[in-house]
Amino acid sequence: MRRERRGAVQPDGPAPAPRLKGRTSADLPAENSIPVRSEADIVFARQKGRELAAALGFRSTDLTLIATAISELARNIVLYARRGEIVLSRLEENGRRGIAVQAQDDGPGIPDVNLAMRSGYSTSGGLGLGLPGVRRLMDEFVIVSEPRKGTIVTAKIWIQ
Amino acid sequence: MGVPILKQGYYLIATIQTALTDTDLQGLRDGLIAQIGRYRARGVIIDITALDVMDSFAVRTVQDIAQMGRLRGAETVIVGVQPEVALSMVELGLTLAGVNTALDLEEGLIFLDERTKRASKGGEARAP
Repeated sequence: MRRERRGAVQPDGPAPAPRLKGRTSADLPAENSIPVRSEADIVFARQKGRELAAALGFRSTDLTLIATAISELARNIVLYARRGEIVLSRLEENGRRGIAVQAQDDGPGIPDVNLAMRSGYSTSGGLGLGLPGVRRLMDEFVIVSEPRKGTIVTAKIWIQ
Repeated sequence: MGVPILKQGYYLIATIQTALTDTDLQGLRDGLIAQIGRYRARGVIIDITALDVMDSFAVRTVQDIAQMGRLRGAETVIVGVQPEVALSMVELGLTLAGVNTALDLEEGLIFLDERTKRASKGGEARAP
């Protein structure tokens, strides 16, 4: 499986929240990679995603959808792969803007992706709504997983 | 960081004030379930106004609190679900089925007063 290491991992500790007043989204870094190794990282990743999406001009409703999707994806990393990263990137295509959330890990992979995408199916004792839920929250959803190699989930949402 | 649990009359009120990790949520669950016994509480209000997301883990924990609380004799009501949080929950398919909800703290108290009122002690359920 293609597993490119995208961008440099942020230096230790959360970076100070960027001051966005008077800046446009063009000033934002195109990509933001957040290591996910613990529960606290789940919270940090979703807050970072909300921040970036707000700077891109998403409405507050969408901010919560995006933060929730990131929370589910980051929890999957901690739960199944122990470590991985969430890469947030801004999208620009045919005049529309959006955000891509990519969750990647080198974990055990998902043996049966179709089964994992079925609502209510869970191997962790959870509600089994994680992945199918993320697909519903976001506009586009792609999952690539290979046993013993890892999983990459890419979810995109566009500004309406 | 923990969630402060306030005792008011026969009720326990937990006001979430910041984003919570999974461990924080489990701590809230355990704290509430223990305090229901310690204070002989009949009702629990969880105010999630300030919670940034209600993802599947948070919803599951809240459902657990409501069910465990009921087994301990207390009724739970969730208040402060914000419009955007409600939308994301519906999109995720998380409907909080079987859990009482009310608009805000005030409505939550009224709800519990009605629910926990006892025939012999009508109107007395909520201590001043």
